[in-house]
Amino acid sequence: MSPENYLHLSALLFTIGACGVLLRRNAIVVFMSIELMLNAANLALVTFSRMHGNLDGQIMAFFVMVVAAAEVVVGLAIIVMVYRSRHSASVDDASLMKL
Amino acid sequence: MSTLTALSSLAAETSTSGGEAAQFWILAPIAVAGGLGTVLMRRAVYSALCLAGTMVILALFYLANGAYFLGVVQIVVYTGAVMMLFLFVLMLVGVSAADSLKETLKGQRLITAGFGLGLGILLIAGIGQASVGSFTGLAEANAQGNVQGLASLLFTRYMVAFEVTGVLLTVAAVGATMLTHREKIERSKSQREQSEERVKDGTQVPPLPAPGVYARHNAVDIPGLLPDGTPSPLTVSATLQERGQVREVHHEAMGSLAALEQRTADHQNRPGSVSGALGPGARPERESNRGESGSTRTTDATGTAGDDGDSDGAEEAGK
Repeated sequence: MSPENYLHLSALLFTIGACGVLLRRNAIVVFMSIELMLNAANLALVTFSRMHGNLDGQIMAFFVMVVAAAEVVVGLAIIVMVYRSRHSASVDDASLMKL
Repeated sequence: MSTLTALSSLAAETSTSGGEAAQFWILAPIAVAGGLGTVLMRRAVYSALCLAGTMVILALFYLANGAYFLGVVQIVVYTGAVMMLFLFVLMLVGVSAADSLKETLKGQRLITAGFGLGLGILLIAGIGQASVGSFTGLAEANAQGNVQGLASLLFTRYMVAFEVTGVLLTVAAVGATMLTHREKIERSKSQREQSEERVKDGTQVPPLPAPGVYARHNAVDIPGLLPDGTPSPLTVSATLQERGQVREVHHEAMGSLAALEQRTADHQNRPGSVSGALGPGARPERESNRGESGSTRTTDATGTAGDDGDSDGAEEAGK
């Protein structure tokens, strides 16, 4: 087996995540799909690191993880805030900037 | 001899070990299934669990790829912290609401499927274009340990990025706190002010009615019935109403009430000749209960309780 299979798996997971972002209307599930895409990208970075024999790819994946953690914190705070004001976490209901 | 082994270790590998291939072919379908479950499950909690499973499998792939530090961090940070955060927010927002399957945008699913197919073909074709037969492997880079190798890179070449990351995390923590914190602008009303306000407005001065008083059950999710048989929304908690967990039993209760009235009417109507000749003090229901033998005792005007009194009265009337 070649490590390219990891890249194919990563592409597949990224595609699934992108479809989830387009398909779902629950903001939390959309957010989880974004996490899936980030993880797929991380898998590709780790595989690149192995294929090229240096650790820069793993450093990149590490930074992606840190940024994803910060993004989750802020994003979920925004979702909680929107839910408080609109009593719904659906992205369809949040069609106006004001209430 | 030593140069030969050094050369062979530096030489590019072309294939991974059989064990790793077996691991990949077992776990990759599960990871894809988890990803599909994340996207397709109707309930958000199931989606979160599917995503957690996929993340654990990705951690195993990191370990197999020689990224030992990232494999452990993936489990600790993603499945440990991030997914728990997701579940916390899911519980805050309410888990019982499943997504509706109704399509709000026409043709959205078809277009999404087409887009996904196109993106997948594009990505996999791109990987195929860039493919090389051999790869280097991390044996040399990980020679002094994966964590040491990462640390020596992180604290030399990527030092600035690392520090900026620290600033980013701090800003994110402060931002999340500010977003979810609600400042109390006005003083909250005291109990006395609340009660005075209720009396002034004239709305619901006494306590709210209890649930299920006039219904057959007295569970909290069953509304009490008004005298005309309609359920009263005041008796059930607003939270249950919002979640749609109120059980409506008033149709049942109304049905049994109607049946009872029908039976009573039947019993009253059957001995019609008797009830027409009743005296002023007679009890029609008791008479109707004993309607078969009561035709001779209709003159019991005193209406004393007990069968003996009734029979005595009947005898007196007979005399």
